[in-house]
Amino acid sequence: MNDFIAARSQMALSLGFHIIYSCIGMVMPVFMAISNYKYIRTNNPLYKHITQAWSKGVAIFFATGAVSGTMLSFELGLLWPKFMEHAGPIFGMPFSLEGVAFFIEAIALGFFLYGWDKFNKWFHWFTGIVVGVSGVVSGILVVSANSWMNSPAGFDYVKGQYTNIDPIKAMFNAAWFSEALHMTIAAFAATGFAVAGIHALMIFRKKNVTFHTKSFKIAIAFGAVAAILQPLSGDLSAKGAAQRQPAKLAAMEAHFHTEPYSKLLIGGIPDTVNKKVNYGIELPGLLSFLVHDDFKTPVNGLDKIPQKDQPNVPVTHYAFQLMVAIGMFLLAIGLLYFFALWKKREWLNKSWFLKLFIAATPLGFIAVEAGWTVTEVGRQPWIIQGVMRTSEAVTPMPGIHYSFYLFTLIYFTLSLAVVFLLSRQIKMVPELYDHN
Amino acid sequence: MLYVVIIFLFFSILLYFLLGGADFGAGIIELFTSTDNKSRTRRTMYKAIGPIWEANHMWLIIAVVIMFVGFPVIYSDMCTYLHIPLLIMLLGITARGTAFSFRNYDAIKDDKMQDLYNYIFVYSSFITPLFLGIVAGSVISRQIDPGATDYLSTYIFSWLNWFSVMVGFFTVALCGFLAAIYLIGEAKEQFDVKRFTKKAVIMNAVAVGFGGLVFIAAEHENVHLAHWIFGNPVSLIAVIAASLSLVLLWYLLSKGNTKVIRILAAFQVTMILVSVSYRHFPNIIMVKGGNNLSLLKDHAPMTTINDLGWGLLLGSLLILPALGYLFYSFQTKTKQE
Repeated sequence: MNDFIAARSQMALSLGFHIIYSCIGMVMPVFMAISNYKYIRTNNPLYKHITQAWSKGVAIFFATGAVSGTMLSFELGLLWPKFMEHAGPIFGMPFSLEGVAFFIEAIALGFFLYGWDKFNKWFHWFTGIVVGVSGVVSGILVVSANSWMNSPAGFDYVKGQYTNIDPIKAMFNAAWFSEALHMTIAAFAATGFAVAGIHALMIFRKKNVTFHTKSFKIAIAFGAVAAILQPLSGDLSAKGAAQRQPAKLAAMEAHFHTEPYSKLLIGGIPDTVNKKVNYGIELPGLLSFLVHDDFKTPVNGLDKIPQKDQPNVPVTHYAFQLMVAIGMFLLAIGLLYFFALWKKREWLNKSWFLKLFIAATPLGFIAVEAGWTVTEVGRQPWIIQGVMRTSEAVTPMPGIHYSFYLFTLIYFTLSLAVVFLLSRQIKMVPELYDHN
Repeated sequence: MLYVVIIFLFFSILLYFLLGGADFGAGIIELFTSTDNKSRTRRTMYKAIGPIWEANHMWLIIAVVIMFVGFPVIYSDMCTYLHIPLLIMLLGITARGTAFSFRNYDAIKDDKMQDLYNYIFVYSSFITPLFLGIVAGSVISRQIDPGATDYLSTYIFSWLNWFSVMVGFFTVALCGFLAAIYLIGEAKEQFDVKRFTKKAVIMNAVAVGFGGLVFIAAEHENVHLAHWIFGNPVSLIAVIAASLSLVLLWYLLSKGNTKVIRILAAFQVTMILVSVSYRHFPNIIMVKGGNNLSLLKDHAPMTTINDLGWGLLLGSLLILPALGYLFYSFQTKTKQE
């Protein structure tokens, strides 16, 4: 493994794990605050127990997310010193604000976790809200920094020099809104379905059914609404990519040839040598319609982009297909849930119904990873779209593959530990919360 | 505005040293506590740092962000030449932060797992400040060599030298000292007060010992440490103030004071940091060959510095009151119990 590939793999691995910890760390506090609100309103101790159970999950994920985030803020420099040297002053603004938001989140979490029965209950509830809000704000800020790499703004690049730097313009680059929106909704969908799925499993096993049913309802409400909204934000993101990163969109669609009535591709195996797609379903005109709002105008294909500026087509395409497929499935079962709530209440406890949600537990996060792959692999070979190549940014230090192996070991150990701790928390639900 | 940013940088590093350092120190104290008393130490410690735990470590993030936004060249040079010690420090931070949370949030408190968390926690509490100190020592050690061509002198000897290593151990001892002084005030029983006092004495002696070794190593490696510290009035006064406050600290401690001594311990660390950094300010990284990196020269364009400065000022308006209230309320609430 050469150093460049090792550095990219290490970064991908670190972000791949961090994205899970941080999605859960920003969304679960919102669930926690909702159930705490219900507790204060209804005085039903069950809601207090749900809040406390969730808050332990939040604490575990927050701790892991905080250390993996600290690690990432160093890895940016450890692995990509040339990138940070030039990009730091331009796209660093959201990071510094994120530092502030994250700090506030940590303070509020201190109040919430250790403040039960020590403060006015509404103040205590409010600190929970602050945890959620600052978590979401942190997420938006970090994604806005990433969107700058896709859609660089706020500087002039003349003869290898970065001049006229404007960090605020860089922060509000053309892609920030669509990317931040897409990621935030994705975080709610993925976390909502994952949390709901775990509670569905417990209902299925007939363990503490009331406790888990109430928990399920809060989580799935967020997950389902987010899954239903996501295609709209996805459309916005794709339109943006067509405009700013035609190579990315073309790779997502494995769209080799620019021609009128551009086809939307479902599935298929891209053949990059012969520049065609095998076994896919092609819907003529639909890609043109989605990008340009009319069926005829051609969408730029990979033939318009020099070979050396193209991303890896199969990886980007498969990741995109996977994300969309999962998105559609979650949308469908989200609608099904609301339908059941409205017309067929009896379904909610049927085993086929629960199994559907149990099966969906990991899917949202698989979609998040796939989407992240699309945006990152789809940007290659650039680290700053059109300005700096990833290979120019990498550290000169040899032997990065050792560091990659080490990080792989650490992230897998950490994730195993988190899964282990959560399973013990769930196992202890009867003992810890059944004494009312 | 550049000075505002530099002040924020200095204070976030200082606060990380003081607050994060005391957290590390608590782990170090636990490491050097006899098996019989370990769980007592742990209980006191958990009460003391539980609620403020995550917040204490945010200062590092603030410092790093200021570095890469405001001083990107300095940040990327550090990350390149000190890649290895920074990496080890990060592994320490990760192991430690997760072990601390995991041991509290493991729903089943069985001995086997608790022992594992404790084991990881205490050793990483030792390793992390050691390498933090090594990084701090390396940046002023003149051992970073941009002209080096081979792997060892570029990436290893930049930090693996007597001076940096001694600064590392000195940092560990200081963290232990800070924690012991802090824990004295948290202890509920006389037995624990005595134990922590004894620990403070030992850590103090160890810190003085390693402080001496730092000077010897500095001479050995041609770092003009003595000249920096004793060669100008500000540094000299800072050192004298630190020494006098140490005497005062021990006097007050013998009188049973537990609150003022915390301020004095923090004051000493501050003075040590001031006395070392004053003389070579604005230079922050001393490299072989004399092309030092300076906070006043090697910063980001002024538009970025201005925005960063405003961001930090506004951010601190939110953070500081909230953080102050967090510290205050848990101090008073634990007392009420």
